[in-house]
Amino acid sequence: MASAKEILLKPLVSNNPIALQILGICSALAVTSQMKTTLVMCVSVILVLALSNSSVSLIRKHVPSSIRIIVQMTIIASLVIIVEQTLKAYAYDTYKQMSVFVGLIITNCIVMGRAEAFAMKNPVGISALDGIGNGLGYSLVLVFVAFWREILGAGKLAGVELLPLATEGGWYVPNGLMLMPPSAFFIIGLFIWFIRTLRPEQVEES
Amino acid sequence: MEHYVSLFIKSVFIENLALAFFLGMCTFLAVSKKVETAFGLGVAVVVIQAITIPANNLIYQFVLKPGALAWAGQPDLDLTFLGLISYIGVIAAMVQILEMTLDRFFPALYNALGIFLPLITVNCAILGGSLFMVERDYNFAESVVFGVGSGVGWALAIVALAGIREKLKYSDVPPGLRGLGITFITVGLMALAFMAFGGISL
Repeated sequence: MASAKEILLKPLVSNNPIALQILGICSALAVTSQMKTTLVMCVSVILVLALSNSSVSLIRKHVPSSIRIIVQMTIIASLVIIVEQTLKAYAYDTYKQMSVFVGLIITNCIVMGRAEAFAMKNPVGISALDGIGNGLGYSLVLVFVAFWREILGAGKLAGVELLPLATEGGWYVPNGLMLMPPSAFFIIGLFIWFIRTLRPEQVEES
Repeated sequence: MEHYVSLFIKSVFIENLALAFFLGMCTFLAVSKKVETAFGLGVAVVVIQAITIPANNLIYQFVLKPGALAWAGQPDLDLTFLGLISYIGVIAAMVQILEMTLDRFFPALYNALGIFLPLITVNCAILGGSLFMVERDYNFAESVVFGVGSGVGWALAIVALAGIREKLKYSDVPPGLRGLGITFITVGLMALAFMAFGGISL
């Protein structure tokens, strides 16, 4: 049995949900044009992932396997509704900006994937840790992508100006492409290249 | 009529679910190794989109919308917070029904789609389509057009990507970039090409 620390830290680099497991990519790309929405997204996903993993693990012995998908789906959907309503009440502007992507946490494959692959087979404590670990691995990639997109695309970080823009008397000419969707693909592609250069055992056979 | 044609074109090209909103990316990247399977999945997505989006539209209009339950004597009831759970329920049920219908009446198509049918439940393009429909407040006819259009757009994108990946097998990619890495960059370039449609205003 793997130690708690290993379960928490492994998904960060050596088994990253986005770079290696190909899970949860949709939302990773869409919300990363700004640091603020990215952080909100990361916190929501970590919360949902930890809670869904622990609840699925709690009832894992009582659910017949033929209806487990529906049961997992209902648990996840209820958790996401809680997150959605909370955001709507306390951070309405950010909620509007993220539009449908809060709701899409339901179909974020990380949540389903971890519930199915890990929480169904393991006790509550380490399932929760696995959820947090995978949430953090996901957040790591998101924050990395958002960092480059916002700083190169708008010269800002979380709304604070770091590179003075040429249009406002500074020296930095922003690269508008970085705010557009395709740049997220390029950055994640390069990120995967970077990780796999550090850890050659992850390279796929062609 | 013109309104519907332009809505269709818009949902296929300008607001392509896969390349402009990144929806359904997990399956998009995982099942695009061969043109044949990609095409099968694409057809399944078109069918499901065309059924679930109008169905969810009806549920939204007549049950969830604020004041929608006036006919039942509850004019002040606002059930929009139940949206997510009802849409995903409808999608899961529709996929199941479609699977059984195909199995009974069109066994050839059923065998061709195989494992992809159940997988569609967790494809974010489907739920995303329903959520966009609610956010943009489409009426029933518009939701049918949007459903078909967004499905066709997604199918087009995955078939195109599969075609590129089949050719990519013969190229010499740096080791760390092989597989997932180069696929991401290819999709990025495709998204860039699709952005050219953004200039069209309908």
